[in-house]
Amino acid sequence: MNKLEERIHRGGDTTYVVNFWATWCAPCIKELPEFEKLNKVYKRNLKVILVSLDFKSELEQSVLPFVRRKKLKSEVWLLDEDDQQKLIDRIDAGWSGALPATLFIKGSKRHFFERSFTLPELVKEYKKIQ
Amino acid sequence: MFILSLLMSLNILSTAQDLRISIGGTAPAFSLMNVNGKKVGFSDYPNAKGFIIVFTCNTCPYSKAYEKRIIDLNNKFSPLQFPLIAINPNDPVGSPGDSFQKMKEHAAAAHFTFPYLYDKDQSVTTIYGAKNTPHVYIVSKKGDTYTVEYIGAIDNDTPNKDPAKVNFAEDAVLALLQDKKPAINFTRAIGCRIVWKKK
Repeated sequence: MNKLEERIHRGGDTTYVVNFWATWCAPCIKELPEFEKLNKVYKRNLKVILVSLDFKSELEQSVLPFVRRKKLKSEVWLLDEDDQQKLIDRIDAGWSGALPATLFIKGSKRHFFERSFTLPELVKEYKKIQ
Repeated sequence: MFILSLLMSLNILSTAQDLRISIGGTAPAFSLMNVNGKKVGFSDYPNAKGFIIVFTCNTCPYSKAYEKRIIDLNNKFSPLQFPLIAINPNDPVGSPGDSFQKMKEHAAAAHFTFPYLYDKDQSVTTIYGAKNTPHVYIVSKKGDTYTVEYIGAIDNDTPNKDPAKVNFAEDAVLALLQDKKPAINFTRAIGCRIVWKKK
């Protein structure tokens, strides 16, 4: 989690779209291609980070094979944080913890959503945070 | 620094809002079909001191990870007149593995010692504001008054490996059994979003 925050702070002008997902979450998997497209289209000013909330024990068994099979181009992280209270508070205090969820970050601006997205909806939120 | 302070102010706002909505308020009564074909509600437990209501389901990996802990909670607190009631909130069209028939099969296979109720029209889930599975609501009973005392997670350690984990639900019930308010009455946890009926 600290590393993720550092990663985002280094970004300067970049807009970060951080999507929280898991291999077992059907609506998450459904919307992943939309995030991949967003990452491709706006690659100059935007960075998609896919943060998996799969159990750590599932990394080798589920997460890595999934990332390879789907040929995900965006950065993929697996959070090494068992205490979900802390995790949720640091991501967004309004989050119930349900997946999928997405956080848009640009500089000091943070827009958080506990919902699914389509590409046009992602583009709309990306433009809104500029 | 600015981000941090912004985050903290958001934190205070949103927590306060959540608290205003539910904790300390009345727990709405319900009567839902159990897997044994009989309806179950608060009034079926005249001697209860309170209830542990868990919105959970057959299919969610988090529900599965917590299943033994859910059974243990009932086994521990049901004899102390603080029984557990599980409610499946999911729409079987969107989540076929959570149909009433599958619930019956699962309750039998997993040896549930508590009612496993089917919220067919999702009205109880809506009233309680459950967001994901598993989602716990602890209710105290004083006479005819049912009060929401705790909303959130079972504990803070889903993989169940941390010896220093905090058992939120258990601690809340233990406090209530001693006529005290839970020290922690609101937590959040990762879970599977409830599958709502398509409108």
